[in-house]
Amino acid sequence: MAYFSIISLAISLARLPWKTVVKRSFIEIPFIAFALLMPFFGTGAKVDLWGLSLYREGLIAGAGIIAKGTLGILTAILLSSSTTARELLRGLETLRLPALLIQIATFMLRYTNVVNDEMERMRIARASRGFEATGIKHWKVIANSAGALFIRSYERGERVHLAMISRGYTGHMPQERREKTSLNELAIGFSLPILACLALLTSWVVM
Amino acid sequence: MTRNSSLEIKELAFAYPDGNQALFGVNLNISQGERVALLGPNGAGKTTLVMHLNGILPTMQGEVKVAGQRVDSKNPALIKAIRHKVGIVFQDPDDQLFMPTVGEDVAFGPYNAGLRGAELDVAVDNALDLVGMREFIDRPPHHLSFGQRRRVAVATVLAMKPEILVMDEPSSNLDPASRRELAEIVRSLDITLLMVTHDLPFAFELCERSVILSGGIIVADGSTKEILANDALLHSHRLELPRGFSF
Repeated sequence: MAYFSIISLAISLARLPWKTVVKRSFIEIPFIAFALLMPFFGTGAKVDLWGLSLYREGLIAGAGIIAKGTLGILTAILLSSSTTARELLRGLETLRLPALLIQIATFMLRYTNVVNDEMERMRIARASRGFEATGIKHWKVIANSAGALFIRSYERGERVHLAMISRGYTGHMPQERREKTSLNELAIGFSLPILACLALLTSWVVM
Repeated sequence: MTRNSSLEIKELAFAYPDGNQALFGVNLNISQGERVALLGPNGAGKTTLVMHLNGILPTMQGEVKVAGQRVDSKNPALIKAIRHKVGIVFQDPDDQLFMPTVGEDVAFGPYNAGLRGAELDVAVDNALDLVGMREFIDRPPHHLSFGQRRRVAVATVLAMKPEILVMDEPSSNLDPASRRELAEIVRSLDITLLMVTHDLPFAFELCERSVILSGGIIVADGSTKEILANDALLHSHRLELPRGFSF
């Protein structure tokens, strides 16, 4: 409960629209369904609840999954909607994630749209010539398109590399000239984990 | 010659590893400040020639000199210097703009040349000003129109202050207004230019001199007007003016 209120506080401080947050949390539903089933299957002590006879172990495990899942998803939503992908990468860079991984992720970010557009053009080209994917017998066409897309992307990769070495690329991307993190920002950044730790400590003391 | 030459190509020949020979002894001399159109049909070896200018393809036979310096692909330090002197604008701006934002992309070249901090910012701002794209500095490239992306691609190269600007099909896929804007930008630049193109009216608009590359050699070299007026010459090398044009 304490964790939940901390995250809720952060979400409202970030002024995220609740509607978006709720909509995005729907991704959790399959896990909830699974967690709801857990109390019905299991072994050991049983408890009676609302006329249902449920397994104690399963009940606790299921509740745990729901609580952890919801908290995790809310945190992920909070991060992804308050921080742009670009800032996220910069953050990871500061946290010393290997430069190569950062480069790969940066290019992915840049070229997702390009490859998507290409895929869309191929789909339109297929549809314009009367193709409709209705069943398993059309998978071959789709697979061929996917193959063509891979090859096109690979060739684009080569052209991009050519353009990069033409402008003096030697294996290192320009390092961001990053602004110093202010004490204030640091405090804000650490407030969430610190509050969570406090909540954990209190629960230990109380129990 | 009164002016220094920016680019000197002597007897350049090249065959791809599969034995397909693309260049058969190209001779070309471009003086500082000249704007030259490199015309030629598909498969004439234009792109192969361009790749020799900054040492992406190794010089097998003959010689390429940029600002008096021989392009030697076996000398990495020299090649690095040459790549900052020869600015190539590739055909597809999506290949050229690989960084997350316009500003970072324009900074890529000068950064590799060793510029940092305020100097780097100035280089980026100046280059974007030259193509009129300063206000887009923080935008991701995929949010720009094709014409804008082409202009940013030109800026990424201009930011390196090259000795010679090489453009591969600069007018391809542009709508008429973008094409005119690009022509105005190119005309406003004080730079040596080699423009690879099929767009003959565009070549006439911008370049006083044209050369035709066909079958791996230079078959014509002269004033753009004279070359475009020579129907027989154009036709024998699969070049044609759009209907209704004549010189």
